[in-house]
Amino acid sequence: MIEFESADVVVPGPGGEDVRILEPVTGTFPERRVSVIGPNGSGKSTLVRLINGLALPDSGAVRVNGLDTVTDGPAVRRQVGFVFTDPDAQLVMPTVVEDVVLSLRRLDLSTKDRRARALEVLARYRLEHLADVSVHALSGGQKQLLALASVLATEPRILVCDEPTTLLDLRWRHYVDELLDSLDQQTVIVTHDLDAAMRADRTLVVDRARVVFDGPPVEAVAFYRSLAGQSLEPR
Amino acid sequence: MNRDRALGAARRRRSRSTGAGMASLGLFRPGSGPLHRLPALVKLLGLAALGVAVVVAGGPVASLALFGVAALALVLARPPVRTTVRGLAPLVVLAGLAAGYQVWRGDRTRAVEVATDLLSLVLAATAVTVSTPMADLLAVMVRVARPLRRWLPPEALALAVALMLRTVPALGRVLAETRDAARARGLGRDPRALLIPAAIRTVARAQATGQALAARGIGE
Repeated sequence: MIEFESADVVVPGPGGEDVRILEPVTGTFPERRVSVIGPNGSGKSTLVRLINGLALPDSGAVRVNGLDTVTDGPAVRRQVGFVFTDPDAQLVMPTVVEDVVLSLRRLDLSTKDRRARALEVLARYRLEHLADVSVHALSGGQKQLLALASVLATEPRILVCDEPTTLLDLRWRHYVDELLDSLDQQTVIVTHDLDAAMRADRTLVVDRARVVFDGPPVEAVAFYRSLAGQSLEPR
Repeated sequence: MNRDRALGAARRRRSRSTGAGMASLGLFRPGSGPLHRLPALVKLLGLAALGVAVVVAGGPVASLALFGVAALALVLARPPVRTTVRGLAPLVVLAGLAAGYQVWRGDRTRAVEVATDLLSLVLAATAVTVSTPMADLLAVMVRVARPLRRWLPPEALALAVALMLRTVPALGRVLAETRDAARARGLGRDPRALLIPAAIRTVARAQATGQALAARGIGE
């Protein structure tokens, strides 16, 4: 269960003044699938980064299964996996299997067992044939799948994905979408893919640092489309 | 014919600029040869001993002997031939240039020493990394760094080394992409159009990697 309690985020602006990049958000999210949509730069990523403590609220609080992201950061991150848009930044080890092994370092396993577990994880996501290949040599889709596998290897209770399919071609987008849909974990996904957003149980629309709609996906997408029809004005 | 030649040159440039050969040099390959069976600590100690020997030993005969040892180690590690040759090519050129400079200075003995010493170290290091999983190397680093844990967490040190290895090809790609972007805007010869954006992208990448590590709870 994810809970936001008047959580907002403020950053210093160019002139040293405070700029609020996320207005206070309040809400409880027990749904299995939550999607977040909205224009570029609206605050979607900031909102979901609050969930695993990558961003911290300047006031208010964010709790995950009762754990506060400020005071229980490491415990929260053990429960919340996070997948970024660009897997290149997320894959930190030289080869495919070693990147999964890195995720498993938290677990109290021998080196041999860690590798065996990592190979099991790769087999689950049909990446076992690439185990000893350089991550540098993977295609964009394979990299994103590996990034997902590395995060899911630790079996987080919640998975947050920040535009996981934005850089992928259609085939890989379908594959990753299907994979995300099949997960047992609670999933929060930021996306520009409105079809993917519609498959959620609940959708938030974020615009100009505010959650401007929170409700059923079909209505949320219709609301977002009406927003997109308005003129583009610089903030 | 001129067009074909230009195309060939462009393709070679592109292949170099993606850094593919260098990126794959020294990647671990599973195997069951004698070098694979040796413990990682032994191999690292051997590599260190070779490094010391290269510095201490004088004369072209000793340098050639050490080169032979390193080459034998690489053969025993059985790296993929094509990738290894492609990855080593720039280093062979570098060694050739260094040797050429010594010949130009009139010191042929030194030329042999410089070139073979450089290649010995690279070949031996490649043999170690090809035959040892990164996890085993990190485990050894953690063990060796344990006495320093009051000042430097061993896990952090091992992770830093792994990140450094992963970052080399990634930076090559950043440079190649930035160079292409500069060329596309007609700024291919302006070093500012390469260096400044590449530096900014490198810092951005470092920040993104830091965030990704934090998101995975690594280092906590």
